[in-house]
Amino acid sequence: MWPGKLVRLLAFSSLILALTVAGIAYEGPLAFLNVSYDPTREFYQEINAAFAKRRLEKTGQTVVVKMSHGGSGKQARAVIDGLEASVVSLALAYDIDAIAETARLLPKNWQSRLPHNSCPYTSTLVFLVRKGNPKKIKDWDDLVKSGISVITPNPKTSGAARWNYLAAWGYALKKNNGDEAKARDFVTRIFRNVPVLDSGARGATTTFVERGIGDVLVNWENEVLLAIKEVGKDKVEMVVPSLSIQAEPPVALVDRVVDRRGTRAVAQAYLEFLYSIEGQEIAGRHYFRPGNPQVQARYAARFCRVNLFTIDEVFGGWQKAQKTHFADGGIFDQIYQPAR
Amino acid sequence: MALVFRQRSILPGFGISMGITLFYLALIVLIPLSAVFLKTASLSWHEFWSLATEPRALASYRLSFGASLVSALLNLVFGVLVAWVLVRYSFPGKRVLDSLVDLPFALPTSVAGISLTALYSRNGWLGRPLEAIGIEAAYSRLGIVIALTFVGLPFVVRTVQPVLEEMDREMEEAAASLGAGRRQIFTRVILPTILPAVLTGFAMALSRAVGEYGSVIFISGNMPMRTEITPLLIVTKLEQYNYAGAMAIAVVMLVTSFLMLLVINMLQRWCSKRSGG
Repeated sequence: MWPGKLVRLLAFSSLILALTVAGIAYEGPLAFLNVSYDPTREFYQEINAAFAKRRLEKTGQTVVVKMSHGGSGKQARAVIDGLEASVVSLALAYDIDAIAETARLLPKNWQSRLPHNSCPYTSTLVFLVRKGNPKKIKDWDDLVKSGISVITPNPKTSGAARWNYLAAWGYALKKNNGDEAKARDFVTRIFRNVPVLDSGARGATTTFVERGIGDVLVNWENEVLLAIKEVGKDKVEMVVPSLSIQAEPPVALVDRVVDRRGTRAVAQAYLEFLYSIEGQEIAGRHYFRPGNPQVQARYAARFCRVNLFTIDEVFGGWQKAQKTHFADGGIFDQIYQPAR
Repeated sequence: MALVFRQRSILPGFGISMGITLFYLALIVLIPLSAVFLKTASLSWHEFWSLATEPRALASYRLSFGASLVSALLNLVFGVLVAWVLVRYSFPGKRVLDSLVDLPFALPTSVAGISLTALYSRNGWLGRPLEAIGIEAAYSRLGIVIALTFVGLPFVVRTVQPVLEEMDREMEEAAASLGAGRRQIFTRVILPTILPAVLTGFAMALSRAVGEYGSVIFISGNMPMRTEITPLLIVTKLEQYNYAGAMAIAVVMLVTSFLMLLVINMLQRWCSKRSGG
């Protein structure tokens, strides 16, 4: 009786042991996380599939890229708080700077490590209005009129919202010969016309397009063009303001995380893929302005000419702009009161 | 700490059961809730008060508690009606109807939210006729009440049903034979019996409605000062990493909900005492 029980016990435990060892030894596909800002879902879906295919062809390695999307500021804080991103692709350089400074997950000179200041593509901020433009919205001045409802995301969490705000401020400065007080008044009046602040660019698009709230949406050019494609030219149309800001959404490798997870090589290859012709073509297809001059020329037809200024020209860079306007207690906190 | 019970009770192990119960309650309920209070302890009274009573927060309290009250009252009336029909009548499809009552429990709140929004939005089946007569159901306060009524439906029905089933029909017949009219039978015999259960169901529907988040955020439009419920305001503040503000509002909600439940509990006990059982 005893030997029988013992034999069964031994057999069972060795089976469990074998399965465990096999489980540990089995290497599934290599996976890493790309933490991105809000409007890039479709773009990265295509990029990830193309990259996985390329990687398999080149090195035989199966790669799975996991995504996370949300307002840029919110995502940056999630990474700082411990979200293990091997790669970050956010809406503005300051958010990645914040990760470098606060959590020290990547070096402070991260922006110089990739071409074009680590921006594989650029974009700008434009308006989306209802078909036929019933409220006759042509430029930033029309956004402050009473009775106009403006949809923009929340500058405290979203990158698009901060670019919007600075574009409006820049426009007001130009119009009023650099008068900061008048610019502040202008932006205050715009925000008084905002009924609801979504936490990200995509949320704002949903509010405008699907919930039918608002007369004008101020958002990424790529998001506006995508919305027109998805919803149809018979429902919405784009309006390009007379002046907008050159928006540069950067990407970066998060050194501490890739070293911890052993994904440095594949993450670096992923970022370089964004600059390859194939990656740039995908960007152009998704309405981002590709950085590569050849691809840019090929996709020039789908983009309008916009008068652009850069954040360095008007605001002295992101560090200054963030501290003045968007930090806790900054100008946005002072001027924003929910519209009644 | 000495045990109070020294005599041998029929069910052994009072000490250990009490210990496990307290531990479990502490872990699941008390400790997380006290964390909220502790976080706000770092604020001064003045700061706490200004965070908790800013206009946007006040508007959200009015909306959350107001809409919850309306929906719980609706559920109270219709819940009793549904329970009555399910207990006292038999008809084809009764079992199906009975299971349908449990549907709001089983459905994930986001599914409920999306379905209701699709139904009541401007192009939806019910939304279109309502819009024709000028009622905007989705993205308004009415939409919030609709969503809260939906999620609170099973509570009153399920608490009243067993009481109605157990009720002695003979009492009603006796009352009738003593000359009571139908309304008198209802108000003097049936209602006092089911009132504690009705109040329990009401309390549960109210609590569920106050805490509801998933189904409301789809249908409400989430506009601050107008259609923003308190749980959403808390989440928005957290997203902006304004922990202090979020916690202050959370504490207000916590305390108010607790007081509400306390009042309803006392009401229940009073009703039980009055009806003698």
